[in-house]
Amino acid sequence: MASKYSQIILFSLLIAGIQVLTHVTDSSYHLTQLTMTAYYSLLVIGLCMLIGYAGQISIGHAGFFAIGGYISAFLTTHDFSAQKGLPIVGFLVKTGIMTRRPDLYGGDLLTVHPWTACILAVCTALLIAFVIGGPVLKLRGHYLAMATLGFGIIIYRIVLGTTLLGAADGITDVPAFGLPGGIEVSGKGAGRIANYYIAWGTVVAGMTLLVNLIHSRVGRALTAIHGAEDAADAMGIDTADYKLRIFVLSAGYAALAGVLLTHYNGGIGPSEASVIKSVRYVSIVAIGGMASLWGALIMSLLLNYLSLRGSFGTFDDAVFGAILILIMLFAPEGLLRKQIIGDVKALFGRSAGRGEDQ
Amino acid sequence: MNLLSVEGLSKRFGGLQAVGDVTFSVPEGSIKALIGPNGAGKTTLFNLISGVIPSDSGTIIFRGQAVQGLRPWQIAGRGMARTFQHIRLFPKMTALENIMIGRHTHSRAGFIAGMLNLPFTWKEERAIREKGLAIMEFLGISGLENSDATSLAYGQQRILELGRALACEPKLLLLDEPAAGLNMRETAEMARLVTRIRDTGITVLLVEHDMSLVMNISDEIIVLSYGQKIADDKPLAIQKNLEVIRVYLGEEDA
Repeated sequence: MASKYSQIILFSLLIAGIQVLTHVTDSSYHLTQLTMTAYYSLLVIGLCMLIGYAGQISIGHAGFFAIGGYISAFLTTHDFSAQKGLPIVGFLVKTGIMTRRPDLYGGDLLTVHPWTACILAVCTALLIAFVIGGPVLKLRGHYLAMATLGFGIIIYRIVLGTTLLGAADGITDVPAFGLPGGIEVSGKGAGRIANYYIAWGTVVAGMTLLVNLIHSRVGRALTAIHGAEDAADAMGIDTADYKLRIFVLSAGYAALAGVLLTHYNGGIGPSEASVIKSVRYVSIVAIGGMASLWGALIMSLLLNYLSLRGSFGTFDDAVFGAILILIMLFAPEGLLRKQIIGDVKALFGRSAGRGEDQ
Repeated sequence: MNLLSVEGLSKRFGGLQAVGDVTFSVPEGSIKALIGPNGAGKTTLFNLISGVIPSDSGTIIFRGQAVQGLRPWQIAGRGMARTFQHIRLFPKMTALENIMIGRHTHSRAGFIAGMLNLPFTWKEERAIREKGLAIMEFLGISGLENSDATSLAYGQQRILELGRALACEPKLLLLDEPAAGLNMRETAEMARLVTRIRDTGITVLLVEHDMSLVMNISDEIIVLSYGQKIADDKPLAIQKNLEVIRVYLGEEDA
């Protein structure tokens, strides 16, 4: 029991250590990519709960990320001045839900306050996950994969084809997300270190909640559903309800990640909703070992960072596709395991007979 | 006092009447066995009672309430637990964790409580663990708690599945061929365990092919043939029942 928190402390020290390292080596520009990595990691750990623990695949989580990001971006950038005559708008301005702010050219914008936009964005994603999760989670295996893939494609086409959402250009000039204490989620150079810690602090908080969850009665029930759904049902577990709840929870993590990264980047484009992104998240969960939150988190840190630094060049998406194939073929239990050296030896010794016990 | 009363229960799969108008009851505190040749509809009847498949017609009264049409998890929550003909343990979980799943209906920590690790869940988790250990001791499998459930010996897996069902603290325990695949010594151990379980006040309904086990431990026996009930009596009477002898051994002049 004590060890579950010691891993969280170790990880926090690693995060602080990386920041100190970039400070000492005078390369704090790395923190920008590392901050973006943190938000993608938030999505990955939520997805890891769904795939690895509950055993339900989703190839549509970039869709939830985009729903969060786009709704928040739209509400905080769209000028509602034309509607200001409406009594409801007057009420919203009075309560602070809508605020006036100057735009880049000194004009006057009437937009939704980022906090309200964030809450609305995440709640909408939760609602959509709840509505589609009910019927979709009755499907299993390949069928569930295809249904979630379809969902991801629909979201991608919607954001790409909607003029109000900027179509192929996406939404830009998304304002900073103010937090108590004067700091804000934004990509401005001055707040680089603060934003690094805000982002990874969010991940550590999200991780703590999930680590608690897997060590609870609910985590046990999810693992049971993964292992033998009919038996879990016979033990009194409402399997449909549990699957729906974990699906909604993981969608919430994805949407929050989308909101925060959009405010950090100051914009969002349709590529964030693409199926390629969804596949990337699944491949990170796979290389982390499926049912391993820490494996997924470490791999997300490493691979997203390398990808954002451009280490994979133009082969970026191909690298993640290749990872998925190679992991499924040679290390379906993931890379971060104790027996990995033995596995490598076995692979070179005799390569037949893999994956039969799956 | 009947714990379970089944009346006019029927299930048809296409052209096959798997279970046809079956009526029987299980008195509280007894061991009742369900026997019959292969394909007689025993497992189908089990799946109908536990809610895995819906019935076409008939009523199932459990503890005074109709339970037909309910989902398996709802029926489990009302005090009916089962084991499976083909062992269905949870892989990637230890033996103890498998049994702890059985405590699901007797605990309440949800997603929020679990994520926030609320203090009431600590006490609950401790109680779940202690109950699980007590059940392992009752079944004589103490010391295996940290073993991977699916790597245990076959006989131990059967007992572990029994323990998982017992952790539900059921009023009625359904055992689907508990001795299948067990050797003679293990079968005797299983018979002893089932009798001990009955003696703690749990009613048992079991499907079994091993006749010596059935005759030794059952208080009453139902015989099914082609989905129809052909006998429902005490073991000694069943052994002398000509109709039962006929379906098991065939016609004398055939």
